[in-house]
Amino acid sequence: MSSIRSSLASARGLGSAKTGVSHWWFQRVSAVALVPLTLWFVACLASQLGADYSSVTDWLSSPLQASLLAIYLAAIFFHSQLGLQTIIEDYVHHEGAKMALLIGLQLLNILLAVAAIFSVIMILVGAA
Amino acid sequence: MAEFRLPKNSRISKGKKFEAPKGAKNVKTFRIYRWEPESGENPRVDSFAIDLDKCGPMVLDAVIKIKNEIDPTLTFRRSCREGICGSCAFNIDGKNTLACTTRITDIDGDVRIYPLPHMPVVKDLVPDLTHFYAQLESIEPWIKTDTPAPTRERLQTPEDRAKLDGLYECILCACCSTSCPSYWWNPERYLGPAVLLQAYRWIVDSRDEATGDRLDDLEDPFKLYRCHTIMNCTNTCPKGLNPAKAIQETKKLLLERRG
Repeated sequence: MSSIRSSLASARGLGSAKTGVSHWWFQRVSAVALVPLTLWFVACLASQLGADYSSVTDWLSSPLQASLLAIYLAAIFFHSQLGLQTIIEDYVHHEGAKMALLIGLQLLNILLAVAAIFSVIMILVGAA
Repeated sequence: MAEFRLPKNSRISKGKKFEAPKGAKNVKTFRIYRWEPESGENPRVDSFAIDLDKCGPMVLDAVIKIKNEIDPTLTFRRSCREGICGSCAFNIDGKNTLACTTRITDIDGDVRIYPLPHMPVVKDLVPDLTHFYAQLESIEPWIKTDTPAPTRERLQTPEDRAKLDGLYECILCACCSTSCPSYWWNPERYLGPAVLLQAYRWIVDSRDEATGDRLDDLEDPFKLYRCHTIMNCTNTCPKGLNPAKAIQETKKLLLERRG
């Protein structure tokens, strides 16, 4: 510690952000939600193995299946956002680079989630 | 950015070799990290061959023997030699632990001794723990009450007292914090397992009246939530404590009060 600031001042830093509980909790909730959803998704994929395009779109034309798939996709990109954010905060220490990466990550996850869910809706309404 | 390679002036070079005395039958080699700030040289690893028949049973006995009989410049901290002061915490055979409670014969092959990882080194096996102690001070590890002090002891039920078991035994040797990758990457902001265990020790103390303030101070993405349950802390603790559980319990309390 080569600073003339007292060691207690550096340890206290900017104080507590009074946040972090939600991030931690939603990371766990989304992880747990992904377990049954992934099993369901793998079972569905297995049942469609070798099937043609119309069979898959038929399966996704059911509102229940389409909703489950949309929730599954939302949970995936939400969990990916929370997890990758943690990794960036762990390893990237330059404030500017960290901020840019966090914003980029958020935009990417929103784009992927919206695009994926729109695809499901398009199949549901018979537009694809 | 996290550094994954040692800086140039920290890379370890070959050190001196001290042979065992003639006629020694029970020889063990100790490879010890050496660094002198004044020399301007890179750190090196010296190797000392010791006659175990003329040495005490613990790693600290051998280190003291080396300082007394072979190289008096070898620098390290030690005091109680019975696992209660926490001074002789080194990285021994790849694991942070106390030299005074580690048996030499429990280690296969050469005994490799390094200072606690990822801390600034003062000299040889002495790490700079200034920031670690300041972090401890920042969580205010003392009882805080608004109720006027009673004329006798502050009472506590045996059940409430039992909640402090597994916490009060911590000797602040820093083995756990310096074994934690999260603490390696973010030591400036993450409090680390040792300090978080101490914080929890005051959070669960039934006599303390500042529980909410203490939780407020920990509710931070860096101070607390850099813990990713890696559990190196629990794995390495020479006192057999469980800092990872203390951190998890703190997270549970923060969730509970959120409703």
